Amino acid sequence: MWENIKDFASTFFVTGDPLIYGADVSIALTMVAIVFVLTKFKKWGWLWREWLTTVDHKKIGIMYLIASLLMLFRGGVDALLMRLQLAFPNVEFLHSEHYNAIFTTHGTIMILFMAMPMMFALFNIVVPLQIGARDVAYPFLNAVSFWMFLFGAMLFNLSFVIGGSPDSGWLAYPPLSELSHSPGVGQNFYIWGIQISGIGSLATGINFLVTILKMRAPGMKLMKMPLFSWSVLSSCITIIFAFPILTVTLALLFIDRFLGAHFFTMTGGGNPMMYVNLIWMWGHPEVYIVVLPAFGIFSEIVATFSKKTIFGYKSMVFAMMVISVLSFFTWVHHFFTMGAGADVNAFFAISTMAIAIPTGVKVFNWLFTMFRGRISIKQPMLWTIAFIPCFLVGGATGVMLAVAPADYQYHNSYFLIAHFHQVLIGGVVFGYLAGIYYWWPKMFGFKLDERLGKWGFWLWNIGFYVCFMPQYALGFMGMTRRLYTYGWDMGWAPLNLVSTIGAFLMGAGFVFQVWQILYSIKHGERDTTGDPWNGRTLEWSIPSPAPLYNFAVVPQVKGADDWWLTKQARENGTAQEEKVQLEPIHMPKNSGIPFIMSACWFVAGFGFVFGWIWMAVVGMIGVALTMWARSFQYDTDYYIPVDEVKRTEASLGRAL
Amino acid sequence: MQQVMTHHEHGHDHEHDHGHEDHENLKVLGFWIFLVTDCILFATLFATYVVLMHNVAGGPTAKELFEMPGVIAETFILLTSSFTSGLATLAMHKGKTKQLIGWLVVTALLGLSFVGLEINEFVNMVKEGATISTSAFLSAFYTLVGTHGLHVSVGLFWMLALMIQLGRRGITPVTRRKVTNLSLYWHFLDVVWIFLLTVVYLLGVM
Repeated sequence: MWENIKDFASTFFVTGDPLIYGADVSIALTMVAIVFVLTKFKKWGWLWREWLTTVDHKKIGIMYLIASLLMLFRGGVDALLMRLQLAFPNVEFLHSEHYNAIFTTHGTIMILFMAMPMMFALFNIVVPLQIGARDVAYPFLNAVSFWMFLFGAMLFNLSFVIGGSPDSGWLAYPPLSELSHSPGVGQNFYIWGIQISGIGSLATGINFLVTILKMRAPGMKLMKMPLFSWSVLSSCITIIFAFPILTVTLALLFIDRFLGAHFFTMTGGGNPMMYVNLIWMWGHPEVYIVVLPAFGIFSEIVATFSKKTIFGYKSMVFAMMVISVLSFFTWVHHFFTMGAGADVNAFFAISTMAIAIPTGVKVFNWLFTMFRGRISIKQPMLWTIAFIPCFLVGGATGVMLAVAPADYQYHNSYFLIAHFHQVLIGGVVFGYLAGIYYWWPKMFGFKLDERLGKWGFWLWNIGFYVCFMPQYALGFMGMTRRLYTYGWDMGWAPLNLVSTIGAFLMGAGFVFQVWQILYSIKHGERDTTGDPWNGRTLEWSIPSPAPLYNFAVVPQVKGADDWWLTKQARENGTAQEEKVQLEPIHMPKNSGIPFIMSACWFVAGFGFVFGWIWMAVVGMIGVALTMWARSFQYDTDYYIPVDEVKRTEASLGRAL
Repeated sequence: MQQVMTHHEHGHDHEHDHGHEDHENLKVLGFWIFLVTDCILFATLFATYVVLMHNVAGGPTAKELFEMPGVIAETFILLTSSFTSGLATLAMHKGKTKQLIGWLVVTALLGLSFVGLEINEFVNMVKEGATISTSAFLSAFYTLVGTHGLHVSVGLFWMLALMIQLGRRGITPVTRRKVTNLSLYWHFLDVVWIFLLTVVYLLGVM
């Protein structure tokens, strides 16, 4: 009996590595601390009523933001561990298997559990406010999306201490990810973690597409819509077309592993290249899914901080739409070297390079917007300006990679690693950080401290170039990706050491940002006007943080940059203040079902991971029952009476 | 915009305000977009099937396995169920609740017999030794056809829930939207089946 338990525990828990024991202890301590604090301050009820059951898009956005920052920390620690291992030749800090697990989880977490939720955070917080809506199209579904993302992410992260992490790369190519090469449960964690959160992402795509198409304030024609909302629209269209492919691909891989099917195995007539094609048919558009909203953010910030209308609005919209279409015709450039033939490679080389054209149009538009503008360099603008040269270099190296014959030299080298970090950090992370700084007052009612923010900014930026520029050179010197150690004779040591130093500078930048947030909670400049940056779009016309119903009166939109027009009209004395007629506001009721349903998905996923059918069945029954229960709920909304709206507005300093 | 409503009806009598009516239309639009994603899901499975359909790895081929009489029966049953679900929608537009539920019952029974026949077909194939792990062709076959069957089964559960709600509440804007979405879903599955019949079965026995 005792032996059996010991046997089980030694396979169930990850053992044998002091780093992981350390993690076990810190996870246990954190959990105990959370439970203790919640119990001591009697906050369980508050947590349930205000957060776990909420359907308010602003709160859901904040939860996405917190989750994504935690995941940025975890993915960042993975990165630092890798860089420590590679700092000198022949380092024995991590075993090769552990190293494989770490680069796999670093990639997966950064793209799917950091970039995606950070993007959804901004979707949720900004889009309804920017288009003058009181909510998203499907508030309940929005909560389902968030909780499915969170439970999926938790399932994935659990693999770290229970069962073992996936270790076949962030896209899990077969045969490495097949049962024959990855017999443990790590790969199952990968499949189910992503599958569950992926369904949530797909639902978010549908939700925000309909929100933007149908919930805009009266008068806001599509061509009067702010550019961030346009970028969300193009990103959502891409999600809707790309994510079902991911769902199928992961399902097929699981059927291979679980039922012994032969989709991607070398035996039984399967075809591993089919997987590589399918995963990149999702994976390449995914890159544009995360970068397009960043382009929208830069457009908003450049206009606001240059005090000018964005240059070339129509070409901006057109460029984003073209990018979202072209993104589906480039996937083969990820495997030029796999023998598709010259004609196929040529097609995909040209379609890949073609994306540089609309992207270039956008960069020029941002520059022309700044030209002769009255630029004020606050933190959001700082990150935007830093983005431009960074993305320029990343784009140029991207075109180098797109040259199919030359790619035979760069393929899977450190040159590639440097390139995609440059576009993804320079484009996506800088963009989302700029967006977080920009909309932070709208979320929380105070600004983030400038001085600490500048420390963070310079450490991130200097660290970035110190980290990744050497990697371009290392790629040319023959260093390939995913190798866990190398000898002195290769001559890679000095550049690797420099790169590691750069990574730690970026880590220090992140520490400053965390410090900045903590410091600003107490000392940050309060935003009493609701319009701290002298903004141009509708979200700045309401108090910060926005009340539950966003707009007491739904605005009548007259043009692009509507809030700017209103402010100008007021200054000129030409404003026609209409008499306000308040009406009761229709709102959705909170619900515990999204949380419970997603918890059931987690249980089912855990059962599938370990092949415990009984547990998977229990989980799936739970999912079905919660859906059934929701279907029988008819009393799902309520009205906020006029008196309450008046009271709330008065308490926010607004007279109506 | 959909929240705009006249003040005197505040807090009750939801069924008659425009806010609610618009919201139901919004849900129909969302369901159309969901069906787009489902289309892509099936397209991906079809692509996989077409790539792998000749990789039989020494196992049985489509020609040896497929028995057309059963498949043709399945086709007729599913097409008829699509027709009866259309009749259900017509009854709903006429405001006849009982007739609506009646046609839904017929639709569900037809759907159930379709699923039954499909399970029977799968069991027979497995008995002949053609399992999901026999060859890449069969992996793709069972997954593609099985996913369609799973969709039909989910639709049956949904239909059951809806029949209970219709019995309790009759035809309201909410149940009306639910019936509309369900019949969209059901017709969609019919269209997918036509592609299955063509690409999998007809191409297979030819």
